[in-house]
Amino acid sequence: MRHTLAQKILQGRTSETITQDGQIVRCKVSLVLANDITAPLAIKSFNKMDADTVFDKDKIALVCDHFTPNKDIDSAEQVKVVREFAKAHNITHYYEGGDCGVEHALLPEIGLVGPGDVVVGADSHTCTYGGLGAFATGMGSTDIAAAMVLGETWFKVPPTIRVVLNGKLPQYVGGKDIILEVIGQLGVSGALYKALEFAGPVVSELSIEQRLCMANMAIEAGGKAGLFPVDAKTLAYAKAAGRTGDVEMVADEGAHYERELVIDCSTLTPRVACPHLPDNVKPVDEVTGVRIDQSIIGSCTNGRIEDMREAAAVLKGRKVAKHVRCIVLPATPSIWKQALKEGLLEIFMDSGCIVGPPTCGPCLGGHMGILAAGERSIATTNRNFKGRMGSLESEVYLSNPAVAAASAIAGEIIHPGKL
Amino acid sequence: MYKGRAHKVGAHIDTDAIIPARFLVTTDTEVLGSNCMEGLEAGWVKRVKKGDIMVAGENFGCGSSREHAPLAIIGAGIPVVVAHSYARIFYRNGFNMGLILLEIGDDVKKIEDGDDLEVDVIKGVIKNITSGDVIKTSPVPPFMQEILDKGGLVNYVKDRKKA
Repeated sequence: MRHTLAQKILQGRTSETITQDGQIVRCKVSLVLANDITAPLAIKSFNKMDADTVFDKDKIALVCDHFTPNKDIDSAEQVKVVREFAKAHNITHYYEGGDCGVEHALLPEIGLVGPGDVVVGADSHTCTYGGLGAFATGMGSTDIAAAMVLGETWFKVPPTIRVVLNGKLPQYVGGKDIILEVIGQLGVSGALYKALEFAGPVVSELSIEQRLCMANMAIEAGGKAGLFPVDAKTLAYAKAAGRTGDVEMVADEGAHYERELVIDCSTLTPRVACPHLPDNVKPVDEVTGVRIDQSIIGSCTNGRIEDMREAAAVLKGRKVAKHVRCIVLPATPSIWKQALKEGLLEIFMDSGCIVGPPTCGPCLGGHMGILAAGERSIATTNRNFKGRMGSLESEVYLSNPAVAAASAIAGEIIHPGKL
Repeated sequence: MYKGRAHKVGAHIDTDAIIPARFLVTTDTEVLGSNCMEGLEAGWVKRVKKGDIMVAGENFGCGSSREHAPLAIIGAGIPVVVAHSYARIFYRNGFNMGLILLEIGDDVKKIEDGDDLEVDVIKGVIKNITSGDVIKTSPVPPFMQEILDKGGLVNYVKDRKKA
């Protein structure tokens, strides 16, 4: 059988022969992930399973990134549960302190996930690692507990939608804009139970960071995974992250795809997802002038160093509008440090931004930038569901870092080229 | 057999609507249940009587992987959800938690908010007592039935460990 990327990666981790989409296969997992919100439930299930030990203490990552630094007593209690479990089971990859970052930015950076891996995480944005050619998908806490015990899980082999990216990316248009366009075209349930596989000449032009950003949002179209081929850029990234033994990987010529979606990237302008679903996507020029109260630059979608550079390039020498809070949250300690070295943090602070620690924080209405009724935020995050960032009467618009930075300066949504 | 009043919600109801993230500081089913659907409408759960049935449109449970979402529904006293369709992670979570999820596609239009329903899970039949409509559901996929037969994923894993 000629394999799509999804089929190929799963085949590498199962003893069964994959012959068709929809087939149920049991796969060995390369890494199991949970965070400070989902791990406590997973631990509860783990204990109910009468499990004494985890399958492999080196293949479990517990990253306390959502409500940390602990925002209140209840979240501190939850992290305590995770910490004590990590200690009891001698979990190698436990993070909550100065080495902790937003999970989906942190794990690729330290080489814990990479090409050909099968990764399950109790977090829906686990699909991020598809940017590196890993089959990675989100599950609930009990599925994760099962994987922590057994070292394996079951998957239904997903049909694949092939997304062909043609043309050349214009200025101020990047991975975020492409994926928003894809979600806009597919709809929030357009890829339900399916994998997205990215192909076409633009793929090799995209940096690994842009690929991670795009794979991250596959779930916003309902997707199970968002997959990129493994090329020289991926291998260079994986090697720099300390991995060895990774090899290039592409889908087989003639593999079966359920559908093909072709995007001419040359015609794209920056995209904005308007309230209250990620598929309510419009060109930025159609929402110009929408007043904002807050701008969030960070998250597992756009909190990486290239995103920091993109925002800083727009903010340099300019001031954030008087009534706007512009909050910059570099997603990991090493991104923070690199941004410091490059002088980006100084640019942010000179322009009136608040620079905070790595945390998921405001993206899910946790802390560090919650909205009041009637307030509106532009954000480089991934979801704009009703009430996601605070009050049920607040609104979130999703964009790339340059648009979020430009909008912070203008006090209203604007194309960065029109400042 | 389940009997209860239908509480109808729309399409693409996300997990932030089912249980907003600010309530995710506990794993207690009852506490989560007391805030069920708080992200859709403040005080929504007050209308629910134990045994009532949630009826939803397309892609129910989209968004995050939080297992707190099916737990909040169970905690609210709702044993069964009937929907046009479900988001993938939510569907898997529901089964793992023992929340019964039935998928009926466009037939969901045959149920109005407040209708009295009778659900036979084994036969896969939903009777709308208010309107008289009878709706047949798709059977549970065999691989998920295996997990249900073992009494959920926790027991399934216990069994596998022994093997």
